[in-house]
Amino acid sequence: MDLNTENKRLLESSKFGTFALICGIVGLVLTAVGYFMVSPEQMYHSWLTAFVFWMTIGLGGLFFTMLHHLTGAVWSIVLRKFSESLMAVLPWMLLFFIPVVFGIHDLYHWSHEDAVAHDQLLQGKAGFLNQPFFVIRSIGYFVIWIILSLSLFKLSVKQDNQHDASISAKFKKISAPGMLLFALSLTFASFDWLMSLDPHWYSTIFGVYIFSGSVLAVLSMIMLIALFLRKSGFLEEVITIEHYQDIAKLLFAFTVFWAYIAFSQYFLIWYGNIPEETVWFLHRWEGSWKIISMVIVFFHFALPFLILLTRNAKRNLTLLGIMGFWFLIVHWIDLYWLVFPSFHKHSVHFSWIDFTAMLGIGGIFMAIFWKKFTGNKLVPMNDPELSQSLHFTNV
Amino acid sequence: MSEENKKTLGILAEFANPGELLKAAEKVRDEGYRKFDVHSPFPIHGMDNAMGLRQSKLGFIVGAAGFLGCVGGMTLQWWVSAVEYPHVISGKPFFSFQAFVPVTFELTILFAAIAAVFGMFHLNRLPQLFHNVFYSEQFAKITDDGFMISIEADDPRFDEEKTKSFLSSIGGTSLELIEAK
Repeated sequence: MDLNTENKRLLESSKFGTFALICGIVGLVLTAVGYFMVSPEQMYHSWLTAFVFWMTIGLGGLFFTMLHHLTGAVWSIVLRKFSESLMAVLPWMLLFFIPVVFGIHDLYHWSHEDAVAHDQLLQGKAGFLNQPFFVIRSIGYFVIWIILSLSLFKLSVKQDNQHDASISAKFKKISAPGMLLFALSLTFASFDWLMSLDPHWYSTIFGVYIFSGSVLAVLSMIMLIALFLRKSGFLEEVITIEHYQDIAKLLFAFTVFWAYIAFSQYFLIWYGNIPEETVWFLHRWEGSWKIISMVIVFFHFALPFLILLTRNAKRNLTLLGIMGFWFLIVHWIDLYWLVFPSFHKHSVHFSWIDFTAMLGIGGIFMAIFWKKFTGNKLVPMNDPELSQSLHFTNV
Repeated sequence: MSEENKKTLGILAEFANPGELLKAAEKVRDEGYRKFDVHSPFPIHGMDNAMGLRQSKLGFIVGAAGFLGCVGGMTLQWWVSAVEYPHVISGKPFFSFQAFVPVTFELTILFAAIAAVFGMFHLNRLPQLFHNVFYSEQFAKITDDGFMISIEADDPRFDEEKTKSFLSSIGGTSLELIEAK
């Protein structure tokens, strides 16, 4: 087995890319049908949820790659190409942002001038929450993410083709300011795209909340792709049970971190008991939304915490496969819970467009990911510490 | 102490390098010895497996203590705030579990951390101020450049002659019978 040509063997033996592309096109067409058949408002909300879901996976990939370089991690070298290929989809996600701009009046209450005219709070926020500035900011975030992901990805391809020890240092040079920019841009993007759905409400920890879910989602995604390759007979010797255990440790850690942040947000609002803050949780405690809230508490934290607690669980690949899907599903429910109460105000009301939007954006996302992933070596062969990563074991 | 009373407490053998030590530990394990230990100036990757050590029980001790801290913390605050000294605070119910979560969380961590430290001491049989291998003069090398295996005399498979020749057959040098001084 020659690791240098595994990507070509993968591209020839698997139809995953074509399958994803077809799913994506079908999903996008059905979502467009939904625009006319159900309602534009429903379609835009479903779209925003799906768009943010796949953005968090791309951004999670960017975070994982930069964290890997900054900490000088060795175990994750064999997973680097996974996270790099996920972040390489980010430039294309700009296309999927366009419908959000078109749907701005259906999504964001603050974008209606007559609503602002009668609302003192919104007038105070108008300097920040106005249409031109919203679009300019969003483009700004994308510029940051595109520059970071493209430069890191190009450097990684360059490292594949030539032995150059200085590349490892260059990775760090990009990642250090990149991490700072990432933190700020992700925070403000989540303020703009999700928090401003309820423009009266604010929570300063909101960006960290989205971040914690994003890391969970990307870890699950990387793990599922690795398991899929393992099942198809690829990289079995490269990504060993030891690497899976490490991903599972991070999954466990981030499910706790997510709960920590989620509770911190809830706790301060509950304690302060100020009406304009508590109303956000009140909406999510009304009617059938209460069920979704409880599902998130138990399925995003309590159960995964208990399930992933032991070492044996973290080394059980069947269980990890289930947990990968589990986390992706609850991550979507979590985002749904953030977006939809400002539209379906009193009870949950799932629509088939919720799923076609996920399928549409997700299919295209995975097809682009697959093209990037199989277009390069599956393992960074010229990484100076690759052999250490291959032989990594947990104590 | 007279010569006759001198009793063999164990055997100490030196090995050339960490790699040799690891292989030797595997052989000692496979030979069926249980009461033996390896000594080296630094940790050697894979040694737990080579020695046939099972997964540490520490995790379960920490888990149980953490659970106790969690339940205990919540119960304590419930008893204080809702039973023994009910007091209205910012108009909230006496038993407001939300307000009790931070203390419950901290007590979980505190109990788990204390259990981790003292559980580790217990499982490592610490504090232990003396061990028979300290009778050996050459044992001081293990803090510098010595890689050694010691087999204790109360191991059921221990036999002065056989164990000695076994250790030298797997590459042990400077074999030394440990005797009380």
